[in-house]
Amino acid sequence: MKKVLSLLAVAALLVAAAPVKEGYDVGDKVADFKLKNVDGKMVSLADFKTAKGFIVMFDCNTCPVSKAYNERILALNKKYASQGFPVIAINPNDPTVSAGDSFEKMVDYAKKKGYDFPYLVDETQNVAKAFGATNTPHVYVLTKDLTVAYIGSIDNSRDAANVTKKYVEEAVDALLAGKEVPTPKTKAVGCTIKWKPA
Amino acid sequence: MGALPGQTPPRVKVEQLKQLIEKPSDQIQVINFWATWCAPCIKEMPLFEKLGQTRTDVAVTLVSVDLDLDPNPAKVYKFVERKKLKSTVVILDEKDPNVWIDVIEKTWQGAIPATLIVNTKTGKRTFVDKELHEGDLEKLIDEVK
Repeated sequence: MKKVLSLLAVAALLVAAAPVKEGYDVGDKVADFKLKNVDGKMVSLADFKTAKGFIVMFDCNTCPVSKAYNERILALNKKYASQGFPVIAINPNDPTVSAGDSFEKMVDYAKKKGYDFPYLVDETQNVAKAFGATNTPHVYVLTKDLTVAYIGSIDNSRDAANVTKKYVEEAVDALLAGKEVPTPKTKAVGCTIKWKPA
Repeated sequence: MGALPGQTPPRVKVEQLKQLIEKPSDQIQVINFWATWCAPCIKEMPLFEKLGQTRTDVAVTLVSVDLDLDPNPAKVYKFVERKKLKSTVVILDEKDPNVWIDVIEKTWQGAIPATLIVNTKTGKRTFVDKELHEGDLEKLIDEVK
């Protein structure tokens, strides 16, 4: 009995020591959110009645990786919004840490770059935390019922000329064709999200 | 592994970093992942420099992931020279982040700055993927002691 109890104690310790898993994994259903867009209006995923899914993109004004991908993000929306998969960009960076990511700067940036998709501010950072986003850019492709189908990078090279795998396009194409996403999870070097100071 | 002051940082494979993380040594290994284009990485770098210069129980390695964007390491060489870095600097020479990032840390999505702190004798480790501030490193090192 004593042995069993000590084993239980060890097991309990192991459980306690295991890191708390934050964020969504592929297959999880995400909670909808309501965030302010650069046009001042509040946006939820539920507003997109005809969408077949979403390309949710944690992104920002300032990260050099985000900048390298800017044209490709615009191209993604051009290609897929009309097919029912709009880009929904969310900036979670705290402007007290990254001044270039203030709401005003977001408005300017969206105008300058000609964003034709929502660029939402995650002021509380609660949406980024709920998703488990850590990078910019960090993509979550969702199905119509808000199930995560893909998590990771846009493609496999920050240098547009060297791309050989377009992960997000492959994922959305697969969903549109009713097929399985070929590569549901990828990783890439990116900028950390600028969290509010503790 | 690594270069002395005034020398050119060598290119390393992730297997060599794995050795650094796993091979028992008397020093706590503090391994920071950075790039010349990463502003918060450069901001926190003096903390690592100071740590490496003031504590003998800690070994600091600064791992540049610059080659991910630009195959030419010249920017890193120039940076190391200009900043007169005293810590060991190496340049990670790996192609596929879907492979090498997991070798370093499974929970890591590849955001930098990131820092791994390992007590190689006990295997105790702690990992953070955010910018560190004065006093943070000392706390993280205490966590693995």
